Amino acid sequence: MARTADVVVIGGGLHGCSTALHLALRGLKPILVEKDYAGRHASGVNAGGVRQLARDIAEIPLSISSMTIWEHIEELVGDDCGFASHGTVLVAESEAEFADFRARVDDLQLRGFTHEELVDRTELRRLVPAVSDHCPGGVVSRRDGAADPFRTTQAFRRRAIEKGAEVIEGVTVTGLSRIGTQWRVETSDGPIEAPKVVNAAGAWADRIASMLGEPVPLEVIAPMLMVTSRLPAFIEPVVILRGRKLSFKQVGNGTVVIGGGHRARPFRDQNRTVLDWQKLAVSAATVWELFPVMREATIVRAWAGIEARMPDDLPVVGPSSTSEGIYHQFGFSAHGFQLGPGTGAMMAELIATGATNVPIDGLGIERFAAG
Amino acid sequence: MTGPSDLSSSYDLVVIGGGPAGLAAAALAARAGVSTVLFDENPGIGGQIYRGITSTPIKNRAVLGEDYWAGASLAAEAKASGAQIVTGATVWSLDPSRQVGVSIGGEARMIQAHRVIIATGSLERPFPIPGWTLPGVMTAGAAQTALKAHGLVPEGRVLLAGSGPLLWLLAAQLLRAGTTIETILDTTPRSNWLRALPHLADFLLSPYWSKGLALLREVRAKVPVIPVQRLSAHGEGKLQHVEYQSAGKDYRRQADMLFLHQGVVPNVNLANAAGVAHRWSERQLCFEPVLDVDSGSSVSGISVAGDGAGIAGGTAAVERGRIAAIAAVRAVKPSASVPDPQSVRQRLQREELGRGFLDALYRPADMFRLPEGETIVCRCEEVMAQQIHDMAAKGCEGPNQMKAFLRCGMGPCQGRLCGLTVTELIANERHTRPADVGYYRLRPPVKPITLAELASLPISEAERKAVER
Repeated sequence: MARTADVVVIGGGLHGCSTALHLALRGLKPILVEKDYAGRHASGVNAGGVRQLARDIAEIPLSISSMTIWEHIEELVGDDCGFASHGTVLVAESEAEFADFRARVDDLQLRGFTHEELVDRTELRRLVPAVSDHCPGGVVSRRDGAADPFRTTQAFRRRAIEKGAEVIEGVTVTGLSRIGTQWRVETSDGPIEAPKVVNAAGAWADRIASMLGEPVPLEVIAPMLMVTSRLPAFIEPVVILRGRKLSFKQVGNGTVVIGGGHRARPFRDQNRTVLDWQKLAVSAATVWELFPVMREATIVRAWAGIEARMPDDLPVVGPSSTSEGIYHQFGFSAHGFQLGPGTGAMMAELIATGATNVPIDGLGIERFAAG
Repeated sequence: MTGPSDLSSSYDLVVIGGGPAGLAAAALAARAGVSTVLFDENPGIGGQIYRGITSTPIKNRAVLGEDYWAGASLAAEAKASGAQIVTGATVWSLDPSRQVGVSIGGEARMIQAHRVIIATGSLERPFPIPGWTLPGVMTAGAAQTALKAHGLVPEGRVLLAGSGPLLWLLAAQLLRAGTTIETILDTTPRSNWLRALPHLADFLLSPYWSKGLALLREVRAKVPVIPVQRLSAHGEGKLQHVEYQSAGKDYRRQADMLFLHQGVVPNVNLANAAGVAHRWSERQLCFEPVLDVDSGSSVSGISVAGDGAGIAGGTAAVERGRIAAIAAVRAVKPSASVPDPQSVRQRLQREELGRGFLDALYRPADMFRLPEGETIVCRCEEVMAQQIHDMAAKGCEGPNQMKAFLRCGMGPCQGRLCGLTVTELIANERHTRPADVGYYRLRPPVKPITLAELASLPISEAERKAVER
């Protein structure tokens, strides 16, 4: 006898856990299937940036709706998730870059988005006193912040269970088939039947899509991060660059997390990554130039989480283009953490009511359809 | 002094660690004509057992004992072999494609190895009693290091506590160097004698037997030894007194220094970070790498030799280093002549003969491995035993989740001082076996490096451009 549910969610990252929670809050019965444990991959080990800044226009509405949830995260999941809001600052390293930023902020204003704000040299120094002298200004998104990624994913998982979701870990999905109006999800722990299925399988989501005859050009990536030993507090906001890959953040305990998108070699079938120290050295050199105060800091750990990237760096969100009852939620291309709470809420709304008020135009899987 | 600019970009064999296993391996391989480099992070070669062998200020040979001085010929052999020996060289990364990240004098380099022998030896098992983090309390190994490397002899009211052959060796060395040890608090459970008895016949045939007995006699003639069942350290800001229970009665004793030791365990950090598969040893209560008869690990081209492969002692480490080196030479240069590994294995078997007895006799008591209450488990992040108990009871299944919840094991020591304790506490709380709980997944750098060192890694212009958008 197959188990039954209203929705099967495949993948126990932040997105899967968030969707499961929001489905349960709407009175539906979801079963979440996770091949390892919740937050084992990118959701648990990312930089924790909660950023609206510098996003593609197509995902700004999702990001803004998510931000509202982040600001009341404890009410939703019973844990503050380590969320602290000190803003994100995009630092311009040249006048040319600063001019580009000005044009971007003007464009956003015309579209009615006001979360990005241009800051001059003086305000930049006030926000980020330790920044090197060569930087003429930047952009700030003041409501942005950072959270603890594993704690956040676990909090969503825990609250989802409390609200009636079932979470099955260490179980792999091996097949999907249509039986009447039901989907039969074959797993390593027996079949589950449900009318609806959410594919939130991250770096493994293309395999689920392939089972549905809906292949996608997913690239498996592993963005690298490193963390220093504790330093005296010297910076509050998260700092990012555009020209060179860098994201930079001092956590409450004094450690500094350095990331920005340099990638390790992923081996998704082995749950392993092999770091590329040449590229981490480039990150180190960038920090060296931008923050002289960091030069004697000690790197204590470096790692990478496995996740999915799409060719246009935008997520795949919304209903399947070929199979009724299937919904996709993957491919967040190294910036999905902030989107997790809001995307889960939107997906649950979409699944429960058939429609959503959050615009997700341009994020559908049909954009990769052959021909 | 060898600097980073003296290194080649690749070697047939990179040996990591200059203790007995590493020295023997490098010497054998280099003599067979294999291009070999040996990295050791200390200022001199010798490892822990032969620390300071080429430089120790202690010239009276009797203090450190003839077994120590046997290291001198091993060191001389390695130096004469043609292997490039680089001291002050910290290996901070090793990946499955055998890229070795090393820092020398503040500069970092990546070296490509055809074969790697990890010979990073052992470290002392955590001894998490109440008060073990107080100044004045240190491991016996740290005291031995100070003695060998700098001739430092502890003063004041000195107590030793714990269990295991090295505790007796250190006691003997300290006494010969002129230290007054007030008392040795022996934490070996009495019931261990029964467990050890079946191994006695083998032990009597092993070289440990006569040496061990002589050592025990020497120490017991000068220092009272008290069997204890409980132990804690106390003081305001530093160690002032030690409390213990012996034969059901509680005692309190003033002390300035307390040296703790309850055996050594493989230092698995580098092998673990390189992806080498490990398994739990119930006999030695620790994780050890899974190895084939040639010391080869689950990662192609990477071998583990010496105590890092499972505790067997310094003389066994020499033979294990040779076995790994023979396999490396055969892989890299099949035409070279090497000793018959079978004869090396036979010598190794003889060296390992007494191990079963020692492991059973000196198996540390549960209460000294499974702390409770406010006793610190993770020193770097100051995580208490009760927190681990509570989190495991709430459903935390393994050390990697524990890391995420409590940050234990995330400090600069990378779990060296808490890893086994955390695994055993979780297993105990969840009524399962340490083998099922597993160990931390360790992340490089396995030894901290500075941002400046990392930034000094030579990067080609192509690489720099390739990573910019």
